[in-house]
Amino acid sequence: MSRLLALVALGLAIVSTAGGCSGRSRDAIGGTDATTAIELLNVSYDPTRELYRDINQVFVRHYAEEHGRAVDIKQSHAASGSQARAVIDGLEADVITLAVWPDVEAVAKAGLVRSDWGKRFDNQSVPYHSVVVFVVRKGNPKGIKDWPDLVKGDVSIITPNPKTSGNGKYSFLAAWGSVLATGGGEDDAKAFVTELYRRTPVLDTGARAATATFSQKGIGDVHLTFENEAHLEVDESGGQLEIVYPSRSIRVDPPVAVVDTNVDKKGTRHAAEAYLGFLYSPEGRAIIAKHHYRPWGENPPTPAVGEAWPAVVMFDISLLGGWEAAAPMFFGEGGVFDAIYQPNGG
Amino acid sequence: MSTDASRPIAALLIAAAVAIVGVLIVVPLVAVFAEALAPGVAAWWRALTDDPDTRHAIWLSLTVAPVAVAINTVFGVAAAWLVARFRFPGRSLLISFFDVPFSVSPVVAGLALVLIFGRQGLLGPTLAWLDWKVIFSWPGLVLATTFVTLPLVVRELIPVMEAIGPDEEMAAVSLGANGWQVFWRVTLPNIRWALLHGIVLANARAMGEFGAVYVVSGHIAGATDTMPLRVEKLFQEYRQPASMAVASVLAGLALVTLVAKFVIEHRLATEARDLERARSADGTTHDATLEAA
Repeated sequence: MSRLLALVALGLAIVSTAGGCSGRSRDAIGGTDATTAIELLNVSYDPTRELYRDINQVFVRHYAEEHGRAVDIKQSHAASGSQARAVIDGLEADVITLAVWPDVEAVAKAGLVRSDWGKRFDNQSVPYHSVVVFVVRKGNPKGIKDWPDLVKGDVSIITPNPKTSGNGKYSFLAAWGSVLATGGGEDDAKAFVTELYRRTPVLDTGARAATATFSQKGIGDVHLTFENEAHLEVDESGGQLEIVYPSRSIRVDPPVAVVDTNVDKKGTRHAAEAYLGFLYSPEGRAIIAKHHYRPWGENPPTPAVGEAWPAVVMFDISLLGGWEAAAPMFFGEGGVFDAIYQPNGG
Repeated sequence: MSTDASRPIAALLIAAAVAIVGVLIVVPLVAVFAEALAPGVAAWWRALTDDPDTRHAIWLSLTVAPVAVAINTVFGVAAAWLVARFRFPGRSLLISFFDVPFSVSPVVAGLALVLIFGRQGLLGPTLAWLDWKVIFSWPGLVLATTFVTLPLVVRELIPVMEAIGPDEEMAAVSLGANGWQVFWRVTLPNIRWALLHGIVLANARAMGEFGAVYVVSGHIAGATDTMPLRVEKLFQEYRQPASMAVASVLAGLALVTLVAKFVIEHRLATEARDLERARSADGTTHDATLEAA
């Protein structure tokens, strides 16, 4: 009997020592065991697949050099809204790098991200920008130069669903803002976007699916998308597609956040914060620029040496009342989009 | 049999059937293989094996599908036994329930799983406390796949078990066989081809499942992407040759399924004939299947 008790005591001692060890290393860099790789999951929106594949490679090397720990970063990409929903439903993201403010805010409201997330990284936690541009077929056969051209003749438009997609939301807001910015009123804006969405033969759930619809399946005359996605699309098209910069458009602000609940549970906070911080480093900014996202801050690097960022007059979400007001008003249940959109071209 | 007047109509209908099969089935299938193998067999092989995420997707499909099929096999046999051998209140309702996965959209099935097993779901807090991951990981993929393939085995077995009837099993019991002996020596030999047929179909469906798995996968490359999800992802990432290579593996599986199905159906028909002949010969049931084997 006493031997049994001794065994139990020994067992407990071993368990508690092991627990103590893991607790200590959790406080420092993270993970439970310094010899295994720290696993990070980056849940992101659709077009960032290629960007983060490059970022991950360089960051992993950096982190190993600086902290002597291997990091294994996994990526998940889909429509920004669906991704926020998945994280809320239990997809264990360490960081979220989504397309629009309301998607990160939704995860914060679910209690997974601290409410001050917008102050944790520079520029309201927006490390890079983009802008909504047009992609047209070779030679621009429909002569699409600016927003009003979208609703002329029989032009048909590809853009994803603003309910689920960040690209979709920005396309909608860019169209709406283009009317306001040129002196039009709310009613003019509403008439314009109603006509615009009457010309969308399909509304894909995410940005990348819309790209495939336009470039690979050959549907539509113009694709409204992020500048970065437009470049990728045009580069992959082998000269079949061209970018058109409208005279003015909306500035895209994709925010990033550490998912506090998950990193604290997994003990990965140090690596997760370093990962997002890396997006603001010179090396991170260079990779971001290479993928045609516009890095935030002074003297942004350009996609290639000697290549300047095309000048576009940009307005931001404040023209439309800020995200907190605009998101429910335009995209909420029974909002403007619900009121104007008739499936299948009406 | 046919009159002169009906002959052109028959020819027209046959031509239409051939055209539909050609356009909807043969041409796309050939196109997938042609596109996949266009860069050469070596490139095709590299597309499948060089990318760790693609390798993982193939591995994942090869582990998820058999587990889902195994669950369905056990469930299918038990459920078919229940409804074929017993009469009880609610029996026909139960049979209708087996078909729910066929009538429900796979996406809805996936969402239902999220509503139950998700962080905010019914079992969310319990699972979080146990630190078990279901949704967005391997168990969720198995659950979703099991759900959509649920009717395939049981639906295959019910008619066969009803046709064979309980006589042989009752004879075995009267000779002193216990439950397991009856199952292994009488029931299983009688239903084995139908069971195999159900398993082959369930496996094909499990490998190809997209909708339900799409919802519960979480799209983590190298972790929760099955082969069909990988096909879509590669296509969207402008890696069309790789996408087509994975698609060709799925299409190849479909062809293997087709051959297996053909062989099994041939055996099923033979056995049905033997059973019929044995019954008409001596008016009693006869273990035709054992003799045939």
